[in-house]
Amino acid sequence: MSATRDLSLGDEVPQQPARAKRKRARRLDWKGALIPWLFLAPALVIFTWFKFYPMASGLTMAFYDVQFYGESQWVGLDNFARAFSDPDLRAAVGHTLTYVIVSTLTASTLAFFLALVLEGQARHLRIIRTAIFLPAITSAAVIAEIWRILFNSAPYGVVNSVLDQLGIAPQGFLTDPGQALWVLVLMQVWKSTPYDMVIFVAGLVGINRELYDAANVDGASRLRMLWHVTLPGIIPSISVVIMLSFIRGFRVFAEVYATTGGGPAGSTETIMTHIYKAGFQNLEYGYASAVSLLLLAATIVLTLIQTLVKARLSR
Amino acid sequence: MQPSFAVRAARILLYLIILAIFVGPFWGIIVTALSGLVIKPGQLLLLPVQPTLANFKTALIDMQVWRYLLNSLVVAILGTALQVAVSALAAYALARRRFRGAAIVSLLVLSTMMLPEEVISIPLYLVVQARFPVIDASIYNTYAAMILPVVGWAFSIFMLTEFMRAVPKELEEAARIDGANEWQIFANVVLPLVRPALGTVVIFGFIMIWDQYLLPLVVVSDKQLFTIPVMLGMLRVDETITPNVFVAATLLAMAPTIICYLLLQKQFNRGIMAGAVKG
Repeated sequence: MSATRDLSLGDEVPQQPARAKRKRARRLDWKGALIPWLFLAPALVIFTWFKFYPMASGLTMAFYDVQFYGESQWVGLDNFARAFSDPDLRAAVGHTLTYVIVSTLTASTLAFFLALVLEGQARHLRIIRTAIFLPAITSAAVIAEIWRILFNSAPYGVVNSVLDQLGIAPQGFLTDPGQALWVLVLMQVWKSTPYDMVIFVAGLVGINRELYDAANVDGASRLRMLWHVTLPGIIPSISVVIMLSFIRGFRVFAEVYATTGGGPAGSTETIMTHIYKAGFQNLEYGYASAVSLLLLAATIVLTLIQTLVKARLSR
Repeated sequence: MQPSFAVRAARILLYLIILAIFVGPFWGIIVTALSGLVIKPGQLLLLPVQPTLANFKTALIDMQVWRYLLNSLVVAILGTALQVAVSALAAYALARRRFRGAAIVSLLVLSTMMLPEEVISIPLYLVVQARFPVIDASIYNTYAAMILPVVGWAFSIFMLTEFMRAVPKELEEAARIDGANEWQIFANVVLPLVRPALGTVVIFGFIMIWDQYLLPLVVVSDKQLFTIPVMLGMLRVDETITPNVFVAATLLAMAPTIICYLLLQKQFNRGIMAGAVKG
């Protein structure tokens, strides 16, 4: 609006060319400065509406006893105090840590060997790599259903009938509080091993071939080459994979909720399923927000560690 | 040096084991969905028995899976389209224009990359519930509630920013001399040059949105609007569904992402590497 008014003003006063020119320059500057914000506007609206504002309101809700229909009460650090003394949350953190650490380390180790086996440009290798990537792109809810079928506790369930062939009695799997978490760990390994492998294959391609030639000339054994050339070469990829899956693993929800719903007997309750139940089933928004904040803090710490490790490695 | 027969046989055996572990379950799902022989829950067939498409028909029509698939498709297609459009515009500003505040905007967007979506699910639920003034309606229980929150995605903004930075400045200047305005430079010069990156962003956006589980669970309570991943768990406990039909529904739920992945291989691998490098 004001830009057009400026324009007419500038045209009406031709006797002052210098001032008009300066004015036009300033106007162009102003317009030029506005353009990037116009391009950014849709993103800023969406991010503010669905990311920044919820983030900020979650931050404040953690300090309130939030009432959906009434006046919310300021409770200070009560929600956090409750979080630290909640035995259910403590159990959930324990399950989450077991889940994250075991599945991450197992998947990345398997992926490393898988990458060694399947590395290369041969057609059949590319086809196998494409095929085994399927678990990584399938949505968590679908994988949950596949695993409920595979690990059905009935004696005729897919895995139980394989075990039967090996002379092992049928297992309870997802219905057994002692096994359910491990079945979920296995599911996560199955889903993330192919993903990690793709990153490792790219890391292997990046290793300088001359190092292998030099090692060959020196008469190094296969194992020594693996230890002294291959492994150092893909340590950056390994650290990225491990850190990323740690960060992702802490907030695991769909994989667990769709498979076991946290059961049996709370044996697979994770931090996120705990938050979900506190928030959406017990309607304790304040408490759930406080736990969310603690989860976020853990994520940020992990991300900072990852950044530091990455900076170290790339030096 | 040709490896000996034993070594080659061992390799092939290893490949088969790997394929059996990672692809076997999918094979079982496909074969079972195509079989007429009724199985018990927890069973899968390895070879088709009485091949038929009836399971798909029952799933789609009698169990109304078509509706949930359609919901998922609407959300994923509209969501991806909006996400790519919004991201491309933002990336253009961040990559091609120098302006005060650019660093802060980048930082704010980047911070959401670290922010687990799940952590804000409760305030997000309240935001979606909030009623607009004047029209006195909220987006709760609408497609918009499932679409709008996934439109802003830092990954696609950064992916596109990276690629737009690489477009030579000379092309932009030449277009400017020819009298092109900002929008024309964006739409006719820069955007066509980052087409490969657009492909990557489209496939990742689509899979990410298709995969959404917590969001539709939280922002929609009307069963008619449920997406297929949310609905699968409810179909499972439905007493009228037979295991074969349920397996067919599961296959239908994963088909779009798999098709997307197989069609856009090259773009896909680029995205994984970008995600791995940037974190």
